[in-house]
Amino acid sequence: MEEANSFSLEVASHPDNVGLVRLAVSALAAGAPFGVPDLEEIRVAVSEAVTNAVVHGYGGCRTGRVRIEATLFPDRLSLVVSDQGRGMEDVALARQAAAGDGERLGLGLLFMETFMDHVAIDSHPGRGTRVVMEKRVPVAAMAADGD
Amino acid sequence: MAISYRVEPHLLIVGLEQDLDLASAPDVRAALDALLDRYPDRDVRLDVGEVRFLDSTGLGVLLGRYRRLAASGRSMHLVGVRPAVAAVLTVAGVRQVMTWEGAGADEGHEKGVVADGGSQLV
Repeated sequence: MEEANSFSLEVASHPDNVGLVRLAVSALAAGAPFGVPDLEEIRVAVSEAVTNAVVHGYGGCRTGRVRIEATLFPDRLSLVVSDQGRGMEDVALARQAAAGDGERLGLGLLFMETFMDHVAIDSHPGRGTRVVMEKRVPVAAMAADGD
Repeated sequence: MAISYRVEPHLLIVGLEQDLDLASAPDVRAALDALLDRYPDRDVRLDVGEVRFLDSTGLGVLLGRYRRLAASGRSMHLVGVRPAVAAVLTVAGVRQVMTWEGAGADEGHEKGVVADGGSQLV
């Protein structure tokens, strides 16, 4: 049984760090036989989760901390993105928000849920938000990789 | 920021050459708005062939510009859409409101259809 590979990263809630985290997660995920479209989808999902923390969790304040725990298991990539920001009263309500210039939250959640195999969001007003996501390694690719 | 443009008699052709996310959105939004203001009577063709990443924040910039143009009877057409960008546009349902086509033969010159503007996205 292969051991999991992983990293933990804590970044300031600065817009530039969305790309930094995307890059780090891409590099870790590249260690599994994900297809190119899978990797692109993972990149979008990560970007949405970190953007949510920066924009909604900390309201654009750049001194908050966003923590990313990424673990690559033999059969899946697991990501946890957490902040200690404002949190959301009602995740279901946030999901309905339409996309436009100022409001992208609804689409961000849609992308995470569409592009990942599992998404769970735990959020409490005043205590922050924790997003857990998983993407399974394609079974056929795993079999081929194991030969 | 990497943005280029060319002006034709009835068309403003703009090329974006960077990832569209939270970091780049403010500058791209301002640059596009400045161009739309400067050439207020032209339809827009947005070449995103060099855009390798688009998320909901970047999409918000595109939809916001589309909405501005549509309000004054102008159109916006995306060309050079890469597969990664196409996936985001498709999931968001942009196909229903904005026309776009793929970057090459493989991604099929997928073309969206102009609808009646009734989408919830805009």
